[in-house]
This record gives sequence, structure tokens and C-alpha cells, in this order.
Amino acid sequence: MKKLMRNAVGAIGIDLRLLGMIGALVLLWIIFDLSTGGRFLTPRNLFNLSVQTASVAVMSTGMVFVIVTRHIDLSVGALLGFIAMVMGTLQLNILPEYLGFGHWSIWIITVVVGVLLGTLIGAFQGWVIGYLTVPAFIVTLGGLLIWRGAAWWVTQGQTVAPLDETFRMLGGGVVGTLGDQLSWAVGLAATIGAVVMMVLARRRKSSHGFKVKPLWAEYAMGGIVTALILGYVLVMNAYPLPKGAAKRYAEAQGIEYPADGLFISHGIAIPVIILLVVAIIMTIVAQKTRFGRYVFATGGNPDAAELSGINTRMLTVKVFALMGALTAIAAVIASARLGAVGNDLGVLDELRVIAAAVIGGTALSGGIGTIYGAIIGAVIMQSLQSGMAMVGVDAPLQSIVVGVVLVLAVFIDIIYRRRAGL
Amino acid sequence: MDKQTPLVELKNIELAFGGVKAVNDVSIDLYPGEVVGVLGHNGAGKSTLIKVLSGAYKADAGEIYVNGEKATINNPRDARSYNIETIYQTLALADNLDASSNLFLGREIVNKFGMVDDDSMEAETRKIMKRLNPNFANFKSPVSALSGGQRQSVAITRAVYFNARILIMDEPTAALGPQETEMVAELINQLKAEGIGIFLISHDIHDVMELCDRISVMKNGKLVGTENVADVTDDEILSMIILGKKPS
Repeated sequence: MKKLMRNAVGAIGIDLRLLGMIGALVLLWIIFDLSTGGRFLTPRNLFNLSVQTASVAVMSTGMVFVIVTRHIDLSVGALLGFIAMVMGTLQLNILPEYLGFGHWSIWIITVVVGVLLGTLIGAFQGWVIGYLTVPAFIVTLGGLLIWRGAAWWVTQGQTVAPLDETFRMLGGGVVGTLGDQLSWAVGLAATIGAVVMMVLARRRKSSHGFKVKPLWAEYAMGGIVTALILGYVLVMNAYPLPKGAAKRYAEAQGIEYPADGLFISHGIAIPVIILLVVAIIMTIVAQKTRFGRYVFATGGNPDAAELSGINTRMLTVKVFALMGALTAIAAVIASARLGAVGNDLGVLDELRVIAAAVIGGTALSGGIGTIYGAIIGAVIMQSLQSGMAMVGVDAPLQSIVVGVVLVLAVFIDIIYRRRAGL
Repeated sequence: MDKQTPLVELKNIELAFGGVKAVNDVSIDLYPGEVVGVLGHNGAGKSTLIKVLSGAYKADAGEIYVNGEKATINNPRDARSYNIETIYQTLALADNLDASSNLFLGREIVNKFGMVDDDSMEAETRKIMKRLNPNFANFKSPVSALSGGQRQSVAITRAVYFNARILIMDEPTAALGPQETEMVAELINQLKAEGIGIFLISHDIHDVMELCDRISVMKNGKLVGTENVADVTDDEILSMIILGKKPS
């Protein structure tokens, strides 16, 4: 039976580590759901969970590249705070002066400036690491202090609020969702896209005369993917807007608000869409571009990469620039979600991001890591935290548990790798 | 042979590391279809000299000529553009990647969208492996999971696949069993017949005497001399290595 299962799993082509992580996540969810009396696995909580995860998950995809190349980035939390502060000031105090308050282009300019700033700062840190050969740990530890201080300086410590209304949509919340119809459309498009990719990959493989998976395995995989995507849309659409927001929505649409309330779906939150797009792009970059291939080759053997003609110094600059850009995107999500930028935005995020990547199977020794792993790692971290908060675990105990889980996860990963002979 | 233009000529190469002259005014050359052994003790400077040619190090002084024309080699990419390929003693493989990723590292096959085409690379790898090492079957695992001989096959395949004209082999048989060593010897003879020039770095005199046409001996960063294999005995070469001169 066990062997049969293993063969089946092997045929479908999911690796065991992924299966293990998903298993751990599901187990976690069930435990929290039981101990909160069914409050954890509700559309509302899952919606909140997905929104809360987005910012850290976006950064963790970049951290995979950083760690795979045997570096580390401790500055992401502080950098997130600094970029968010600059974006907040830009959209609130600077741009309205020239464009007028609430101008439609404010959010676009803000995001573009934020991402450029993040890329530039990341590239600079990467340059110091790659060309001046100061260890990444030191450079980004310095960065942690520098950018946190710089964030304070932008507004002399004042909180910037309220942020531009359109900008706030990027953080989820009541207005920042797709609604039911658009969510279904996105879900369907994603399903079709996934299935088409699978068919094309199979065709390409058999055109080269390679062995392909048995057809039933392909169908099973397609079925699982479809069920996951559409199931997610279903759950998100099952979470209605709260009364007040539904009323405002009805008024805005010119519908009469019925006395017994109105069921208007949240649908998928915009930050989750952003995360999805980032995840797809980063996966393609990791698996299908030369840059991604060189990232992994350099992590596996820097000397070999260098001797193969790869410019590993420039590669370091690019990896950190990418990390900076993703930090800026995370800054957009985090600040838009709160609708304000305070001085403590992003504090300790660097540790959450690194933990997510590491729980997701990224090896600190370099060369190994996956984008999907890091995202699942981020979901596990966030589930742990919000689950324990819901159960009512004391805050100090929460961090103890998270710490233990982090070490345990890496230990299990080491054991797994040893057994698998990797 | 001397009437031909040498495939590659290293002239008066010098390279120092922190005041120590690792290579001191060394000149060697290589003709098409020829195997030149570079011999010497550990630290004699043979690996350093050859790394200047492969682009891993940049010489302080001296010139490199490829096909009689002056060549500028500042990095491994430059060396590859002159069809100079190297099999390093360490193999220089990215252990976490599979055979085809290693074979094409730095020269990936891309499709029309500029995306790395793994399937085509695997198909090519299967094709050339069938010729060079028919027993090789593990195309999916990272090369860390392969045996020493299989890893060597990957490294050799990588050097041969891209139409090398000048091949540098740094201790190619150091980590191999007798059967695999025999395979490498066969390969060297095959490549020789195709007109490829080979620098063979080794400290195994026996190997070198069997495979090479000429031998250049180095000691303490200096060239002791270059001899035709046919004209010298093992003992004479040994004396050049140890004493730094040919016995009179």
C-alpha cells in the first residue's frame, strides 16, 4: 500500500518535500480550526490570512534567490519601511501639490518611484557585496540600521496617513478586492492557463522522444490544480462585505439596500493577485531564464560558475536589485493595507522573510530553493501566528513556538535531503 | 611540424602572486593534432600557466597567439571564444544541477522567446553521451548524485561538445579507476585524430609518456625544457622534474 502510494505520487510528479509542506500546512489548519471551534477555516479568516501573507510572501520569493547564491539580506524589513515612508510622503505631501489631491495618476507614479528606489538601493547593496566583496551579512546588517534610520528621517518620525484612495486598493481590504465575477474570470483564466501549459509541456517532451507521465497522472494533476484554483475563488467569494461597506456599495451602484442585508462577495484580494503575478514571474525567471540558471549554478559552485564565463559579481548586483524591487512591491502592499505608514512598518520582516524561505526548503548553504516553497513557507508562518493569536496563546509563547518550528522545519529538511541523497 | 603555424603559442608568460613568481618567463606552444604534456611537481606552476590560457588568471606579462594571431584572453568567456576549452581537475561542475544544465552552463540553448530550453538541451546531451559514454543514463539527477567517472564524463562532454580546437586537461585521470582512465586515453587519441590540440597537465609520468607527443617540464615557475617524447627516457624526464635539468 505504502509502495503503491509512493509510486502514484512519483508518477504524478510532485516531489515529496512539497507534499510534506502541504501536509504540514493542512495539519496546522485542522488543529487551529478544531481548537478555535471552527473559526479558523472560515472564508473570512482565509481571506485575511491570504492578505496578511502577501507582503512577506512577495519578499520571500526574492530571498530565495539571495539565499541560493549563498548570501543573506537582513535589510528588507527596514528597506520596506523606508520605501513605504518615501511613497507615503510622495503621494500625500508632494504629488498632490502638482497634480491636485486625489489625482488618478498619483498611485501609479508612487508605485513606479517606489520600485525604482527599491531596485536602486538593492543594486547598490549588491554592488558593495559583489564588487567591493564586503560580506552580504554585514552590508545588509548595516542596511537594516541605515534604512530604518532613514525612514525616520523622511518625516521626522511622523506617521503618514491617510494614503491615496486608489493606492489603498493595492492592500486588499473592503475596496481592494476583485468581487465575485472578476474573481471567477481570473480563476478560470488561471485554470485554463495551467492546463494549456501542462499539455504543451507534455507535447514538447514527447516530441523529443522522452518518457512522459502516464495520462491518468496528468489528468490527476490537472484535476488537483483546477480544484485548488476554483476552490480558492469559491471560498473568497463566500466572504461577504460587512454591512456598512455593502450599504455604501449598494448606494454607489444605485441599488436599493434591502432590509435583510445584501450579500456582496469580497472575491480575491488585489494583494493576492499581485503575489500570484510575482510568483509566476519569479518561477519563470528561476526555471526558464539564463539569469535564473546562473543564480542556481553560482549557488551550487561559485568557482564553476565563474569558470563557465558567468559574471558572478554582476549576478550578485542583479539578485540584490531584484530583492530591492520586490521589497518595494511588498512595501506597497503593507502600507496600502494599513492605509498609513508608521515608523515601525516592516520591523522584523527580514526574519519572517528569511524564515519563510528556509521553511520552504531553501538551503542556506546555497544552490537549493524553490519559489513555491518559499510562498508555502510564508503561509505556514502566517498561519501559525494568526492561528495562535485566535486560540489565545500568549504573545511570548507565540514567538517561542515560531522559533521552535523554524528550527524543526530545517532539521526535517536536512534529514529528508540526507535520505534522498541530495 | 615546425613549418605549420602553431595552434596556440604562449610567449614569455609571467604571473606573480604577492611577490612570488608562480610563472616566470615561460613559453610553450601546441600544434594541431598534438598532445603536449605539462609536467612538474605540485607548485611548479603548471596549473597556473594553463589557467592563464583558459582565462581564469590574467598574466602580468607575456603574449598569447592563437593560430598565429595575437589573442586577448581576460576571462573564461574570451578563452571560449577562441575555442579553448578546459577540463579542470576539480571538474568545475555545479553539483546541484543536472548533467545537461552543466554541459550547457553559460551557453544555454534558448527558444525564440529567449527562454532556456531544457528539453532540447537534454536531447542534445543524450545524443553526445551516447557517443562518448554509452553507459551514462542518469540525466535527471543533480550531478552530485553521480559517480566520479560519470561526473568526469559530464566535464569532458562539456569541453568537447562546443567544437573545441584547443583542449586543456588538468589531471584528467586523477580521480578515475583503470577502466575509466583507459576511456579517457581512447578519447584523447580520437580527438587528436580530429586535429584538436591538447595540453595535458599531469604529474603521472607514465600517463604522459604514453599519451603525449611532446613534454614541457616546469620547476619553480620556470620552464626546464620541452622534449619530444620519442627522444627521451622516463628517467631523463624524471631528472628534469626533480633536478630541474636533463642529465648530461
